[in-house]
Amino acid sequence: MYKKKECIAMLLAGGQGSRLYALTEKTAKPAVSFGGKYRIIDFPMSNCVNSGIDTVGVLTQYQPLALNEYIGNGEPWDLDRVHGGVMVLPPYQGKSSSDWYRGTANAIYQNTSFIERYSPDYVLILSGDHIYKMNYAEMLDIHKKHNADCTIAVLEVPMEEASRFGILNTDENGKIIEFEEKPAHPKSNKASMGIYIFSTKVLLDYLRRDEADPNSSNDFGKNVIPAMLNDGLSMYSYTFGGYWKDVGTIQSLWEANMDLLGKNPKFNIRDKSWRIFYRNNAEPPQSISGNARIINSLITEGCKISGTVINSVISSSVTIEPGATVRDSVIMGGVVIRSGATIDYSIVDADAVIGKNACVGRSRYDGAQISVVGMNVVIEDGSVVEDGAMLSNKE
Amino acid sequence: MSVAGIIFSNIHDSNLSELTGIRTIASVPFGCRYRLIDFTLSNMVNSNIKNISLITNNNYNSLIDHIGTGKDWDLARRSGGIKFFPPNVMTYTTGYTAGVGNNYDTRLGAMKTLLHMISHMTDDYVVLSDCDVICNIDIGAIVDEHIATGADMTIAVKNMVVDSVTAASNSFVKSSDDGRLIDVIAHPSEISGSAEMMLSIIVLSRKYLCEVVQDAIAHGYTSFARDVIARNFPYRNYRVYRYDGYFACVSSLEQYFKENMALLDGGTMFRELFEIPNRPIYTKVRNSAPTYYSEYSSIKNSMIADGCVIDGTVENCILFRGVKIGRGAVVKNSILFQDVYTGSNTSLNYVVADKNVVIRDDVMLCGHSSQPFYIEKGKMI
Repeated sequence: MYKKKECIAMLLAGGQGSRLYALTEKTAKPAVSFGGKYRIIDFPMSNCVNSGIDTVGVLTQYQPLALNEYIGNGEPWDLDRVHGGVMVLPPYQGKSSSDWYRGTANAIYQNTSFIERYSPDYVLILSGDHIYKMNYAEMLDIHKKHNADCTIAVLEVPMEEASRFGILNTDENGKIIEFEEKPAHPKSNKASMGIYIFSTKVLLDYLRRDEADPNSSNDFGKNVIPAMLNDGLSMYSYTFGGYWKDVGTIQSLWEANMDLLGKNPKFNIRDKSWRIFYRNNAEPPQSISGNARIINSLITEGCKISGTVINSVISSSVTIEPGATVRDSVIMGGVVIRSGATIDYSIVDADAVIGKNACVGRSRYDGAQISVVGMNVVIEDGSVVEDGAMLSNKE
Repeated sequence: MSVAGIIFSNIHDSNLSELTGIRTIASVPFGCRYRLIDFTLSNMVNSNIKNISLITNNNYNSLIDHIGTGKDWDLARRSGGIKFFPPNVMTYTTGYTAGVGNNYDTRLGAMKTLLHMISHMTDDYVVLSDCDVICNIDIGAIVDEHIATGADMTIAVKNMVVDSVTAASNSFVKSSDDGRLIDVIAHPSEISGSAEMMLSIIVLSRKYLCEVVQDAIAHGYTSFARDVIARNFPYRNYRVYRYDGYFACVSSLEQYFKENMALLDGGTMFRELFEIPNRPIYTKVRNSAPTYYSEYSSIKNSMIADGCVIDGTVENCILFRGVKIGRGAVVKNSILFQDVYTGSNTSLNYVVADKNVVIRDDVMLCGHSSQPFYIEKGKMI
């Protein structure tokens, strides 16, 4: 027997994240490490739980192993439930047809039966590549208040950047009257965040119609939302005022990590009323030796720090030997940085080894590009990795 | 072959009376993010012991809070898992349980009350353990040796040099070269040189345990060490398992302080507790953010948990989760428990501050290595 749910979430986590290069060679984008001990997907998952949504379907497709393993039974997010909880939904072979997910709308369409099991009144569509804290319950209240068919979360971006986003033009009540994808001359600065609440009947109806249209690219932003607008459905915007970052590029991933630094950071992960949950690995405490010097940085359990760390985010179980310097960088779990090595303006992925006196990247104040060292890459003693380099382990 | 665990959470509470006024010895914090019971529980879980009974008789609120469902130790199970056994005061007692001590004053007293539970277990062997056993020990190896030698009881011991305080609050054994227990010395006033100290990890078959407990009920015995071990070793095959890894004994606040600090030197203790492959130490997950070190921070030789914000100077310290060090504060040689807050320009030296202590701006507190200054839970100074 299935218990009816008021609202369930569908989390799109199939993206390849090709603009993260080496970081997504073996990992789906939502499983990329962030902020020392989190994965990107922890943010929407924790938002769901903190908003009282206890049924989450995670749609996976690209390199799902790390992501599936990470989500597991959902216990770290309190999503191991008797009714509902988290479920990983990969593409599957059907009786008459089988297909990869062909677009965001098609991915949801292929899981219509999952949605129908819980007969929810509303479906929340999320994507697994944004860093933010949002109370979806508040958005749902707005949706219900308007008796809307669809509510889209929007962020007010600087007008000069508006042409990079999907822009919603609304009336004074927040009712959406026009949607423009990356307009050259934007009429408003309300950018769609890719977070939608649909009334279930409307959603399923439009997904079926979208599927029947051979010319559709089966995408929410490109096809489904414009079709609904054309038909004059009741669509509203929900303006979000907090921190939000799409971490789809190396630069934005680096920036979002840096936004965690500071005593009053741009993005606060120390807020106990809105905890970000993550899968824990039973690491010992961090030990800081007598030689260490740490300035404006985040350091995580299991680390052994004997070197210098400045303006950086260091994930769990990283070893930084004496005389090594890490500056303006993001170091992911299990990395070993040998003595005398220098890392500047770089992202070093999990379990890489930086050899003695090796030099990775160049100061960002010299106009350098971020360098990326991929998972398990070994940088030989004394070698130099140029700024902007993307090293990955091809094995 | 399956093994069950029985853990006694209050034995030796009085050794650390400052810290156990509000908690069991099992829930005494240790090493930045652990409680003492984490070592015992992790040792059992890492040796595939999945059916654990946790016996507790008072002060157990913090213990219940810490353990929860047991899921952080993988002990939230349909079959087995961890179960609490607080005193069960029976309204109508008849039969063999009549008059049996309800308040679990001793290990044997507790097992007498819980005989029905022990006799309904299906496990072949039982490991009895106290909670002040800070080590990463392979309990499976003790069980294997117990079976291989055909012993009736196997007691883990460690050969160590002890001071008089430690001697007086622990029990020691003498054993033959082939590992047979030949004498028991309980709470001696002094020991010259080294001696084999009991680690309070004991392996025996469940069948024999039932026998021992029934015998204790029949004879009114109350002490496991005195009435079972000391009385029976001449006639039964009681043996020792000689453990030679790191073991911290905390018989006093001074020793507790020293053992915490010993983790700092980055030497064998840290390695032998936390870095043995496949034997992690589990604890309650708190979902803290990573620790933030500001541009005003200076940290030397310290162990720090996650969730802290460091805005001052920290030297030779153990900081638990969520500690805040204010701007310009200088904290040296101290242990600060969970969520301690130190204001700006405070100065602490040789201080043990319990959970949620608040040190106001500009306050200066100083203890001594032999007598650390202890501040009670929740106090504001």
